[in-house]
Amino acid sequence: MKKTFKGRAIIPGEWTGTCVVSRQGMNTLASFQKGALAGKKTIHCSDQNNPDLYGKALTGVAVCLPKTIGSTTGGMVLQTVAARGVGPAALLFSERIDSLAAGGVILAKVWNDTSVVTVDGLGDEFLRHVRDGMTVRIEPDGTVVAG
Amino acid sequence: MKLTKAEKDILAGAGGEVKRKAMETVVRYGDTFGATRLAPIDHNLHMVTSMGIPLLTPVFELMDELIAAGIRLERPFTVDPRPVDYSTLNVSPLKKIVFRIMYGKQAAYEKQLEKIGLKDSNAFTCACYLDEVGNIPKKGDILAWSESSAVIYANSVLGARSNRNSGLIELLCGIVGRAPEFGFLTDRGRMADWVIEVKASKTPEAQVLGSAIGMKVMEDVPYILGLDGHLGGNLTQEVKDYLKDMGAAMASNGAVGLYHIDRLTPEAREKKKSLVKKKARTYVIDDAELERVYRAYPLMWKKPDARPKLCFIGCPHLSLAQVRSWLSRIEDALSRRGRRSVAVRTVLTTAPDVAAAFMRENGASARLRRAGLSLSSICPLMYMNNPLCGREPVITNSNKLRTYTTARYYRDGDILDIIAGGRAK
Repeated sequence: MKKTFKGRAIIPGEWTGTCVVSRQGMNTLASFQKGALAGKKTIHCSDQNNPDLYGKALTGVAVCLPKTIGSTTGGMVLQTVAARGVGPAALLFSERIDSLAAGGVILAKVWNDTSVVTVDGLGDEFLRHVRDGMTVRIEPDGTVVAG
Repeated sequence: MKLTKAEKDILAGAGGEVKRKAMETVVRYGDTFGATRLAPIDHNLHMVTSMGIPLLTPVFELMDELIAAGIRLERPFTVDPRPVDYSTLNVSPLKKIVFRIMYGKQAAYEKQLEKIGLKDSNAFTCACYLDEVGNIPKKGDILAWSESSAVIYANSVLGARSNRNSGLIELLCGIVGRAPEFGFLTDRGRMADWVIEVKASKTPEAQVLGSAIGMKVMEDVPYILGLDGHLGGNLTQEVKDYLKDMGAAMASNGAVGLYHIDRLTPEAREKKKSLVKKKARTYVIDDAELERVYRAYPLMWKKPDARPKLCFIGCPHLSLAQVRSWLSRIEDALSRRGRRSVAVRTVLTTAPDVAAAFMRENGASARLRRAGLSLSSICPLMYMNNPLCGREPVITNSNKLRTYTTARYYRDGDILDIIAGGRAK
């Protein structure tokens, strides 16, 4: 069933594609470091503590999550994977974006002219509704249609 | 956000394109969190990015842009530990080859750091606030730090004010000399969302307690009751070391950037329970809860019963008192078991300035050698990122290292037993 959610566009953009879902905070460094260090073209989540994402492809998809957690290299890691074209295409936060993720997507935008379409504040219902592999359509005003 | 004329001028390009981009980044970052202004930074920067991984091209390019624009920070800054140390760690030739590929830009990156104002060649540590290192902010100082374990220490133990800034965001704030005023820079942002009731029968292992709190409250602020009964009411060196390790676990197992401990940490002593929000939630931590958390850590070794090959103690870096204490405790454990040296190669990690201070002490070098210990200023996490190292059965007493690598966590007492030739209980 399709459902529409309205959030705040942090990095506005139009994008349609599939998503993966983390019900818990995504640890950015732990998730991307193994794939990024190995120079993989598709990065699979390497965070042993995140059963929702562990082993799943994070490149070119929308990651639906409450927030990011962990090391303060997180933003720089996000910027790097985005600038190298191996990061998520979009980040969809059910909660308000955290400082590390915000830093990362803003760095990528300002210094690398790369947009990771980012919407926050989509609400708990959003995270309950979305499932791995579901199609999401993101509008520049922060509207997200999922299903 | 309300900007001053000088800030608006920089944003309009008056200071050049690179400063304009730095200001744009900082302003966009602040706007995202509803900051009303940019607050002047009071103290030296601490940066998280210390490793020259060739894949971090966006970082090196940004640094090149800064250097080309002649930008140098006014106050010398510190940075996280170096990723490799061939002089004290016995690194095999094969591992060395992999390290040289992994951190192939290390020398070039360190030169970039020097050019923009790195304190000195000893400035590489995650515990920049240790006395011997000297990057110690005062209560109330506005900072723009990164390195999760340093931010939480500065906020909670020193009473300074820094958000959990991402790598590079901290540097760009340093360049414009301003940090957006939101979150932990405001009184409201420093209030507690959780009350943690510690009801353990003995002093909890700092790293397990921090992990339990971090996993529960995530990025929220906890106000901890009952811990002062175990630690006392004064920030002695021993207590500060406990809080350092507890905070690092909170920050890495969750995303905590500030905690208060009733009757102990500076703001809790001053404002007491008025720091707790009215609708704060409660989390009770007793012996059973600590045991549950400890038992739930996943074991990432291919062979769960493998004999440990290496042990890291000191993530975050040990204080001078901790280096002394670990050496004495290891010597005692060895003596009890009738051994001269450790059964598992063990590396104590600390800041370069702390290591230098320790090595100046009478007999320090001989004692380390006798016990078979290494003292290094490496970042164990970055060491473990080498796939050849990550495959080995490595043990640690660091919950941060456990979280980011395949290292197996043991409590301090078990670590002592294992490296002295025994088995974990």
